[in-house]
Amino acid sequence: MLQTILFAPIIGALIAGFGWRIISIRGAQWVTTGLLFLSCILSWVVFLTHGPETQHVEILRWIESGSLSTSWGIRLDRLTSIMLIVVTTVSALVHLYSFGYMAHDDNFKEGEESYRARFFAYLSFFTFAMLMLVTSDNLVQMFFGWEGVGVASYLLIGFYYRKPSANAAAIKAFVVNRVGDFGFALGIFGLFFLTDSIMLDDIFSMAPTLAETQLHFLWREWNAAEVLALLLFIGAMGKSAQLFLHTWLPDAMEGPTPVSALIHAATMVTAGVFLVCRMSPLMEFAPNATAFITFLGATTAFFAATVGLVQNDIKRVIAYSTCSQLGYMFVAAGVGVYSVAMFHLFTHAFFKAMLFLGAGSVIHGMHHEQDMRNYGGLRKKLPYTFAAMMIGTLAITGVGIPLTGWIGFAGFASKDAVIESAFAGTAGGYAFWMLVVAALFTSFYSWRLIFLTFYGEPRGDKHTHDHAHESPTVMLVPLGVLALGAVFAGAIWYGSFFGKTNEVVKFFGGKYGEPTQELVEAVAERSPKASELHYVMESQPGEAAIFIAPENTILHEAHYVPTWVKLSPFVAMVIGLLTALWFYIWNPAMPGRVAEANRPLYLFLLNKWYFDEIYDVLFVRPAFWIGRNLWKKGDEATIDGGINGVAMGIIPFFTRLAGKAQSGYIFTYAFAMVIGIAVLVTWVTMTGGAE
Amino acid sequence: MIGIEHYLTVAAALFVIGIFGLFLNRKNIIILLMSIELMLLAVNINLVAFSSFLGDLAGQVFTLFVLTVAAAEAAIGLAILVCFFRNRGTIAVEDVNVMKG
Repeated sequence: MLQTILFAPIIGALIAGFGWRIISIRGAQWVTTGLLFLSCILSWVVFLTHGPETQHVEILRWIESGSLSTSWGIRLDRLTSIMLIVVTTVSALVHLYSFGYMAHDDNFKEGEESYRARFFAYLSFFTFAMLMLVTSDNLVQMFFGWEGVGVASYLLIGFYYRKPSANAAAIKAFVVNRVGDFGFALGIFGLFFLTDSIMLDDIFSMAPTLAETQLHFLWREWNAAEVLALLLFIGAMGKSAQLFLHTWLPDAMEGPTPVSALIHAATMVTAGVFLVCRMSPLMEFAPNATAFITFLGATTAFFAATVGLVQNDIKRVIAYSTCSQLGYMFVAAGVGVYSVAMFHLFTHAFFKAMLFLGAGSVIHGMHHEQDMRNYGGLRKKLPYTFAAMMIGTLAITGVGIPLTGWIGFAGFASKDAVIESAFAGTAGGYAFWMLVVAALFTSFYSWRLIFLTFYGEPRGDKHTHDHAHESPTVMLVPLGVLALGAVFAGAIWYGSFFGKTNEVVKFFGGKYGEPTQELVEAVAERSPKASELHYVMESQPGEAAIFIAPENTILHEAHYVPTWVKLSPFVAMVIGLLTALWFYIWNPAMPGRVAEANRPLYLFLLNKWYFDEIYDVLFVRPAFWIGRNLWKKGDEATIDGGINGVAMGIIPFFTRLAGKAQSGYIFTYAFAMVIGIAVLVTWVTMTGGAE
Repeated sequence: MIGIEHYLTVAAALFVIGIFGLFLNRKNIIILLMSIELMLLAVNINLVAFSSFLGDLAGQVFTLFVLTVAAAEAAIGLAILVCFFRNRGTIAVEDVNVMKG
């Protein structure tokens, strides 16, 4: 069954990619979608029936070289099964949605309909690579999947290959990801160097040893666990678009919208969060690295939310929103509550995929107009899309009944869990405040999107508005299914991901036990309300899907944060909503005036903190300069010049010289021969020849 | 008593005459061929002399082989010469320098 889940997508991709001439384009679409739905159903069966225990399935031997031994294997535990349903569900729905969305495309001419088969093949290939990543039981296979999704992402961002901007965005995504992958690869090398294995089990059991190992590098000693955790996080930063390596994600919106929903919202970009959670046994022994993860995650959440406030392209708003939500997940992972990071990943996949597909539906209905300034008043024209987007927005802004914890939309349960964990994990520090402010901004830009798109007077081209139409059923069904997830995913799995410590530990397949007396006292001293500590995780690193060190009680303490902390995300959400209402419904002239009054700030945000410009000066231009120099001076002048000089100057000179020696008379040659023999014989007799 | 050194002297003299024939002749390719034959014969004399001196028959057997091969070579050389004359109308060595670089 596992093998079917894993290989159905690649079989679909191969059939659709190479065989569409035989089975027709429509056939290719059905084959890939059918296989994906099969994979999806089986994933749900696995998720619901497979217990929390870890299961290993070896598929085939792969690399055997010295002490490096790798096989294609599946590690099935709770983390894997969560990712399986996230990936296959969103992917299957996106396949279905693409039937409608990709039916007509102005980027391709008459007679080029095979782009549809190609698109479905790429989508299925992506799903295969992603499944490879999440199921792997060793780091090399994970790296294979990691790069596979990178390739698929490149192909799909650059799907409209006639648009120069799409090609540029694809290259940018690929190159920026290389920076992160460099760190990830170094991390794998380092782990292999120190543990002599790349199997996750071996690495996890070696994690406590790594924490005591010192690495000598650059004139000082470093803690091995810290260095390796940081290197792996750099890989995660690239894939998950965290600050400094985030620039590719907004540009990736050049790809078709289903791609944005699948790859750049729900699955691929969360691979980094998955990696950090997967490596939790290592992360638990690297307090400084996780502090850095928390800091960077919080900063990203804040940064992306501020930029999202002023963007006008509907897809870019959602892209920055994704970036910001990924920051939330990293904060949760950074403070050591991996289950909550996975919780937010899980719920985010549903509501963010839905927001993207809803945006796609709007774009489809509005003839590929993406600027929100040209929307307005669409809620009557696109009633179902409006309902779906509304649910998505309620979910992402975290609407629910405060203080109950779980009665609310999916985002309410998971986002509040993240914020409470951040408060407990940083003692109400930087990360907590950044996330609360980001929650306010999230609420503002999400409602701004809704109000600009669906409310108010129609703006922009009148003709387009007259012809705005609801999308076909095939595009609305996925929205409906995802809406179910966006409403209920949080409430149903609240206890499993963010319940009592024993519940969570059991869900992830670990053993729990009694805490020590000192620990109880330490927790009681830190937060008196949380003094009733009954359980801590007792499993050894690697025994369960995630590892929580016994002294890590953040998960427990997060339930006992002060009431004002529990209310803060809700209050932030309400403030954001009211501000958006004020700005875009009650007083539509307001945004223009505010932007005019704070013009430098507005431009700063509109230009995304000038990251692209800074990188352009710092990296892109020097790289171009080096490249051009190497090309003009290195290649053309030195190498080409050298070869041409030898071939056209020096060699002809010697051939002319040698040519002069050729008289053409036989006796000259005979003379040369005899002289040669005489010399040879003399040499042989004088020196004894070769002996 | 005629010893091996006499034979060797004669052979060496013949060989050198052959070489000089090769170098100094500027007129006729036939003389060239003859000079080569002369050198081969000098070698043959060497072979026979050593064979008789060392009491080993192999040298004389080889001589017979060399003579056969030399005959064949002379036939081919003359045939080439005839062809050459038909094409160029001359067999003067001075005119044969097509291979000049």
